[in-house]
Amino acid sequence: MACHRLGNKKNRQSGIKKVLLVGNPNVGKSVLFSRLTGVKVIASNYPGTTVSYTHGAMKLGEGEVEVIDVPGTYTLEPTCEAEQIALDMLGDGDLVINVVNATNLERNLYLTLQLLERDIPVIVALNMWDDTRHRGIDIDLAKLEELLRVPVIPTVAVTGQGIKELVQSIPRAASPRLPAQSHDERWAVIGKITDSVQRISHRHHTWAEHLEDASVQPLTGGLIAMVVLAAAFGVVRFIGESLINYVLDPFFNGVWAPVLLRLSSLLGGSGFLHEIIVGRLTNGEINFVESFGLLSSGLYVPLAMVLPYIISFYLVLGLLEDVGYLPRLGVLVDTVMHRLGLHGYAIIPGLLGFGCNVPAVLATRILESRRERFIAATLISIAVPCAALQAMIFGLVGARGGQYVAMVYGTLFVVWVVLGFILNHTVRGFSPELLIEIPPYRLPPWRAVLQKLWLRSYGFLREAVPIILIAILAINILYFWGVFEVIANFTAPVVTGLLGLPKEAVTALVIGFLRKDVALGMLAPLGLTSGQLVVGSVVLAMFFPCVATFVVLIRELGVVNMLKAAGIMISVALVTGGLLNLVL
Amino acid sequence: MPDSKQVNLVRMQAGQSGKVVEIQGGHGMVNRLSALGIRPGKRITKVSAMLMRGPVTIQVDRAQVAVGFGMASRIIVEVG
Repeated sequence: MACHRLGNKKNRQSGIKKVLLVGNPNVGKSVLFSRLTGVKVIASNYPGTTVSYTHGAMKLGEGEVEVIDVPGTYTLEPTCEAEQIALDMLGDGDLVINVVNATNLERNLYLTLQLLERDIPVIVALNMWDDTRHRGIDIDLAKLEELLRVPVIPTVAVTGQGIKELVQSIPRAASPRLPAQSHDERWAVIGKITDSVQRISHRHHTWAEHLEDASVQPLTGGLIAMVVLAAAFGVVRFIGESLINYVLDPFFNGVWAPVLLRLSSLLGGSGFLHEIIVGRLTNGEINFVESFGLLSSGLYVPLAMVLPYIISFYLVLGLLEDVGYLPRLGVLVDTVMHRLGLHGYAIIPGLLGFGCNVPAVLATRILESRRERFIAATLISIAVPCAALQAMIFGLVGARGGQYVAMVYGTLFVVWVVLGFILNHTVRGFSPELLIEIPPYRLPPWRAVLQKLWLRSYGFLREAVPIILIAILAINILYFWGVFEVIANFTAPVVTGLLGLPKEAVTALVIGFLRKDVALGMLAPLGLTSGQLVVGSVVLAMFFPCVATFVVLIRELGVVNMLKAAGIMISVALVTGGLLNLVL
Repeated sequence: MPDSKQVNLVRMQAGQSGKVVEIQGGHGMVNRLSALGIRPGKRITKVSAMLMRGPVTIQVDRAQVAVGFGMASRIIVEVG
C-alpha cells in the first residue's frame, strides 16, 4: 500500500495537516482519494473494500497536507473492526471531507450529523452527483449547505468532476458543533432536511434494476450465479493458457533458452555457480520447470507460469467487484455459510483468497465477530489456494490430466466444508447474521478496471519475484550443504510412511513457507506418480501458510489464535494427506 | 389497526410494500438496522427471500439491503 508520511509541520496557510475522507461504505471514498492524491488504491463496487487506512499527500495552497482514506462506516458507533478503525482515526484528523452518496441522502446524512456534532471542521462531498439526475432525484444544494452550515460540493469522483472545487472549499470548512442528540432526534432532523432539499420523481425500473432483482431471487439468482462463476472460471483459464501458450512459452523457449545455453557454456556447463545461476541441465537442454537456477526456473516460474494466471484472475475478479456482483453472491450462499459458522458476506474474503491469501485475511475485517474472523481466516489459509499455487497446479498436475486437478480442488472443497462445519460446532462465541447493503450494478469504466489490474499484477511482481529468487538461492545452497538430506531423513516416517511421498518431498514443504509456487515446482523433478502429485499439492496447499500470510495471520488473529490455527492446519493436512494416500 | 395487517419481513410477500412499525431486538440490532435506514416509520419494499431460512432483500429508499433470516423475522411491517 502506498504510504506517504509527512512531517509534523502544519500547512502554513490553513493549519491543516491531516485530512480524513469519511463516509458510508461504497460511496466512492477510495476513488476520491486517488483523485486528490494521485495515489492509486484498490477501489471496488461493494461495501468494505477498504479495511485499513491509506495515506497520501495533496497540494493545498503552498504546502502539502496528508490525506487519509478511512474505511467506510454507517455510524460512529462501530459494529465491526473496519468501523472501529474509522472511529479511531477521527481523533487525530484536522479536517473531515465527508463523502456522501447523493442518491441516498437520507441514510448518508446520519453519519454527517454525527460528524457535525464533533469538534472537527467538515466539508461535504456530494458524490455520485451524476447519478441523481437519471435516478429522478433533485437536490437543492444551496439549501442543504445552509441547513448543514458546512460547504457542500457536488462531485463525480470517477470522472474528476468537482474535485477542484472541493479542494478550493477547504478553507471554508466549518464545525457547527451541534449539540449531541439521540438516534430519534437525529433522524427527525434528517427527515426535515431531506423534505426541504430533495425532490424525487417516480420513474420505471431500468434493465439493470431488473437484473439486480433477478440476481437475488432464489431461482434466477442461482442460475445467474452458476453462469457467472462458470464464465469466470472459463475466462480465467482461457486468458491464462493463451498468455502461456502464445506469448510466454514461445519467448522463454525460443529467445531466452538459447541465451541461457550460451551463458551455460561460458560458466563451464556445471559446478556450483552454474547450478545457482543456470541450474541443472537435462540432456544438455534447459528444463525451465526442473532446472532450478535463478535465471531459468527463477524467472520462468513467476513470469511464465504464475503471472499469466495472476493477470487473468485479477481481470475477472476486478470486473466482478466493479460490476457489483459479489454482495449478491453473498446473499445467495448465506444459508450454506451459516452451517460453517459464517454468514454470506464471508464469501468475499474467500474469493479474494483465490488471488492471494494476504488481502483475503485482511478482508475478514468486514466480518463482525472474532469468532467469524478466526473461522474465516483459518478456512482461507487451509482450503483456498492462492493464484500462484493454482497456476502451478494447473501447470504440473494439469499435465497429468484434468481429473487430477479436479481431485485437488474437490479435496480442498470437502475440507473447507467439513472443517467449517466442525469449527462452527467447536469455536466458542457467536456469529452474527448477514446485514449488508447491496450496491447497484454499474458498468465499470475500463480504465479503472485496467488500472486495478495493473496495481495488483505489479504488486505481485514487486513482492513475489524477489522472494522467489531468494527461495531458489536458498534451495541451491541448502542442497549444497546437505541440509535437506538431514531434514528428509528426519521426517521420512511422516512423509513416506503417512503421505506416501519420497522423503525428498519434505524440501517442498519447507520451502512452501517461503513461496508455495516454487515449492510445488520442487516436486516436479522427483518423478512422482499422478496420485503422489495430488497428495503433494493438497498437503502443500493446506499444511502451513506462506510467510506473508503467516505474518498477517499473527497480526489479525493474535499469537495464541494463530498457534491454534496453525495446529489445525498441520493436523488437518496430515489427516487429509494420509487419507488421500490410502485412496489413490 | 383496520384495513392493514402487521407481519414480519419473512412473512411478507416479495413485491409487497409496507411501513416498518417495530424492530423487536436489543440496542445493538436496532442500531445496526437504523444505520442502514431501516427503522420504525420507514417505507420499505420486499424484493426477495432466499429459500431455507435465507436472507430477505428489501428496498429502502434507493438502496437494497439484505437482512439475515433471524433479524428479518423480528422486523414488523404494516402492509398496505
